[in-house]
Amino acid sequence: MVQATGRRYIGAAIKRKEDPRFITGRGTYVDDLAPPGTVYAAMVRSPYPHARIRSIDTRRAREMPGVLAVFTGADLEGVNPNPVGWLVPELRAVPYPVMARDRVRYVGEIVAVAIAEDRYLAEDAAQAVEVDYEPLPAVGDATKAVQAGAPAVHDQVPDNVAFRLPFGDQAAVDAAFTTAQRVVRLELVNQRLVPSAIEPRAALASYDPATDQLTLWLTSQNPHLIRLLLSAFVLGLPEHKVRVISPDVGGGFGSKIPLYSEECIVAWAARRLGRPVKWTAKRSESFLSDRHGRDHHTVAEMALDGEGRVTALRVRTVANLGAYLSTLGPAIPTWAYIPLLSGQYVIPHIYAEVVGAYTNTPPTDAYRGAGRPEACYLIERLMDVAARELGLDPAEFRRRNFVPPDRFPYQTSVAVVYDSGNYPGALDKALALADYQGMRRQQEEARREGRYVGIGISCYIEACGFAPSKLVGQLGAQAGLWESALVRAHPTGRVTVLTGAHSHGQGHETTFAQIVAEELGISLDDVEIVHGDSGAIPMGMGTYGSRSLAVGGSAIVRALERVKDKARRIAAHLLEAAPEDVELREGRFYVRGVPDRGVDWAAVALQAYLAHNLPEGMEPGLEASAFYDPENFTFPFGTHISMVEVDPETGLVKVLRYVAVDDAGNIINPLVFEGQVHGGIAQGVGQALLEWGRFDEDGTPLAASFMEYALPRASHLPSFKTDVQVTPCPHNPLGAKGIGEAGTIAATPCIVNAVVDALSPLGIRHLDTPLTPPRVWEAIRQARARQA
Amino acid sequence: MYPPSFRYYRASSVAEAIALLQREPEARLLAGGHSLLPAMKLRLAAPPALIDIGRIPELRGIRRRDDGWAIGAMTTHREIEFSDLPLLAEVAAHVADPPVRNRGTIGGSLAHADPGADYPAAVLALGATIKAVGPGGERSIPADDFFQGLFTTSLQQGEVLTEVHLPALGHGWGWAYEKFPHPASGYAVVGVAAVVQAEGGAARQVRVGITGAAQSAFRARQVEERLTGRPMDEGAVRSAIEGAFEPDQLLSDPFASADYRAALCQALCRRALLRAWQRATT
Repeated sequence: MVQATGRRYIGAAIKRKEDPRFITGRGTYVDDLAPPGTVYAAMVRSPYPHARIRSIDTRRAREMPGVLAVFTGADLEGVNPNPVGWLVPELRAVPYPVMARDRVRYVGEIVAVAIAEDRYLAEDAAQAVEVDYEPLPAVGDATKAVQAGAPAVHDQVPDNVAFRLPFGDQAAVDAAFTTAQRVVRLELVNQRLVPSAIEPRAALASYDPATDQLTLWLTSQNPHLIRLLLSAFVLGLPEHKVRVISPDVGGGFGSKIPLYSEECIVAWAARRLGRPVKWTAKRSESFLSDRHGRDHHTVAEMALDGEGRVTALRVRTVANLGAYLSTLGPAIPTWAYIPLLSGQYVIPHIYAEVVGAYTNTPPTDAYRGAGRPEACYLIERLMDVAARELGLDPAEFRRRNFVPPDRFPYQTSVAVVYDSGNYPGALDKALALADYQGMRRQQEEARREGRYVGIGISCYIEACGFAPSKLVGQLGAQAGLWESALVRAHPTGRVTVLTGAHSHGQGHETTFAQIVAEELGISLDDVEIVHGDSGAIPMGMGTYGSRSLAVGGSAIVRALERVKDKARRIAAHLLEAAPEDVELREGRFYVRGVPDRGVDWAAVALQAYLAHNLPEGMEPGLEASAFYDPENFTFPFGTHISMVEVDPETGLVKVLRYVAVDDAGNIINPLVFEGQVHGGIAQGVGQALLEWGRFDEDGTPLAASFMEYALPRASHLPSFKTDVQVTPCPHNPLGAKGIGEAGTIAATPCIVNAVVDALSPLGIRHLDTPLTPPRVWEAIRQARARQA
Repeated sequence: MYPPSFRYYRASSVAEAIALLQREPEARLLAGGHSLLPAMKLRLAAPPALIDIGRIPELRGIRRRDDGWAIGAMTTHREIEFSDLPLLAEVAAHVADPPVRNRGTIGGSLAHADPGADYPAAVLALGATIKAVGPGGERSIPADDFFQGLFTTSLQQGEVLTEVHLPALGHGWGWAYEKFPHPASGYAVVGVAAVVQAEGGAARQVRVGITGAAQSAFRARQVEERLTGRPMDEGAVRSAIEGAFEPDQLLSDPFASADYRAALCQALCRRALLRAWQRATT
């Protein structure tokens, strides 16, 4: 029987329950699994960004020892294209075949699969497949793809425009610009990023002909969603005959949301061959075949009145979707982007136009922040440029334009309603924590010594837990965005929670258990969180967009309320009291006002299953499920401040200081919270200074390994100084908003603003990311030439 | 990361390695394996056989000699990093990361002749000699004659690089290595090794080796000549490096242009020379 603890769990900095398993190498990842008889798949991938396939000769590969089969697109009869999960108006969708048939459209597109008794033989066989390609003209850059005369990626979309989405009141925005006292214009690039989760993607499929059950182990952030897409759309199998398990997953950052070709191929091949088939990405394949993020080109204009207030914003963005539409591909540069363009500010009129372009590059989709970092980068860069042109301190200029704390809920001019916020509070806290005035004095001293030191501020907003389902349906989502939970109390009083959210680094096994332990007054060790198995968990939408706590956590609270309500009625019956007079405190039910009359939670749980003495007509058992559909997004926010120094001889940017104040509502576990902030900042700094998923003009990748693609390392980062402010979410039972992406969203403009500030004495107004040393050096050289 | 199959031999002596190389002329020698094995895993290299020389005792270790030091070819970067070898200990600390330094060897690195490797700059600046043994016997190759181009050295078919000889640097000598690493690979975009001998307030000898900037490491002879026989103050160094690096002689790649490399050569050359001079004169 469980013991009551009397301990507070919500808000406690508890070390993660899952970490001992991970740090001692006892995690179970997809690649750790190999059911008896497992065979191994190796993909044959296109080396060309665009080519016609004249012929594929698999004979030599098929005849190699240990090779079971080599399949090409022609063999995959009856396999449907990979569907799009989010439609935007007038979308010109094209089929995304799981294996190319007669044409390849990006380097890395799969043209054949070799399956052999071991992975080495499979790779040998894949190398022996002879593909005769006829290279075609290709285009890698989205802005070039939509220009007249560019090569068409798909014949049926000759201008490469997948969609053109206008949003907002264009006439009102035009009018505001006509009467503006000042207009600030900025053209900027949000470069492509490669998500680079530490665990490469993997897929293992096993088919049991006796039961007609297909089981898949995948590195997915959302196994139920994948089951639906794979069974109902791609393979045409009954959903109840397909089980998708995502065991331990080593990071996703959005790249493990979509349904991937490799997953479809192993699922199909396992049925065809009657053997379990496994594929694990080599890191070189990850670069080519994981969904990439960002890749925007934007021209933005901001209108200002005579008092330094923003009156309107006009944004034109060309987003690179890649060669095909990924699962959420069209949603990222549209509905995950446009609604965030108001930032923390009152901007009465906003008009945005987003063009989604097909190019000969791998498809893009969600990457940590997904649309929101692009919006934040744009607005926070514009705010900095505007402040400089107005001669105002960037903190003061932002403060002047903040949505005031007394105006929440705040209706923006880009559809969404901000739930709660205190923007000046977070700014002030960050300014104090950073000693902003002291920083400015240090900067002055450094400048006198001829050094280039800069300070950057970014006041970010994020939107988590896209919801409610009805709204996202109107916006084109082909799924609801609720979350489910099932809370099962065992006869001992211990609790198992089945959640539809998925943890691939977030720490749900700890934070979700904290919610339950707190609510029931039992120990954390008496709560088990189960996730990632469509065979065990009734339903789920998975984890992305910082939704797990706000949506998945709230579903757990709702299910818990039902369990507690039933338990209270049992307790009242045992205590011979009215249910409304009974309360649960620290693991024991009491009759209100009579502290010596009580019954333990565990005794109630036992009675629920003994059923010897239940209220008249009550069913035995103590479990409940809930589907939680939030009434709104949550809107976390905060202010980050950084200080950098640029070495003008080499162009090297050194981050000297980094301060973060984040407000994501109530905090369940400050340690997990801070971990998310740290990792997020590192990734945001990565975009600002290092990472560049670069392609040449025709779509040939130029950074397809960690020899060229630079991820942030500890040595690139200073020790962060962090603090929090708490403005609870008013519309969910936890009052929590989500912290998974905040750091990534805030850090990129924070660093770029600091670098531009450092170089402003040279007349440098903007630099495009990543601010690699050669690029910074070149900008300095050109600026000096202009000044001379 | 799955290489094609290959035959594997482990040599227990240099003589055995040479004999095996004659039997398997297409074989590659395996030292620490931190360049060759990744290339094989990416299927960029597919030698039919590997001859592992990494466990030959006679190739291991640093020995003090009357005229300097002898470093066995299979001495790891880590052993060199923690040695008191002039310049080379400092350079070894810049090679990749600790796990690589625990396995990678100086002989493997020099024979591989990666244009961004660190040691080539150092052995040029030190005036080292590289010893190779082949079926025809042993020969000594001055570092100046060793690097022949991109991944190319003057080692001949069938030869094994066995030792690196460094001259003794006594009182009055100073050295420094300045590196600008590629943020992803850690290889030198440019690395400059400087060795100077100070005598009576002037530079008696100046040697500058540069890696990363061109197809293979080279000496900045113009800079050396301009500075030899003079006191090496900041002004002298600045004027010596002025115009010393022509971009059209340097590498250009998607990360860094030749112009940028020329600028790095200048900046790092100045920093390395001034630091070497300070060391030589204090």
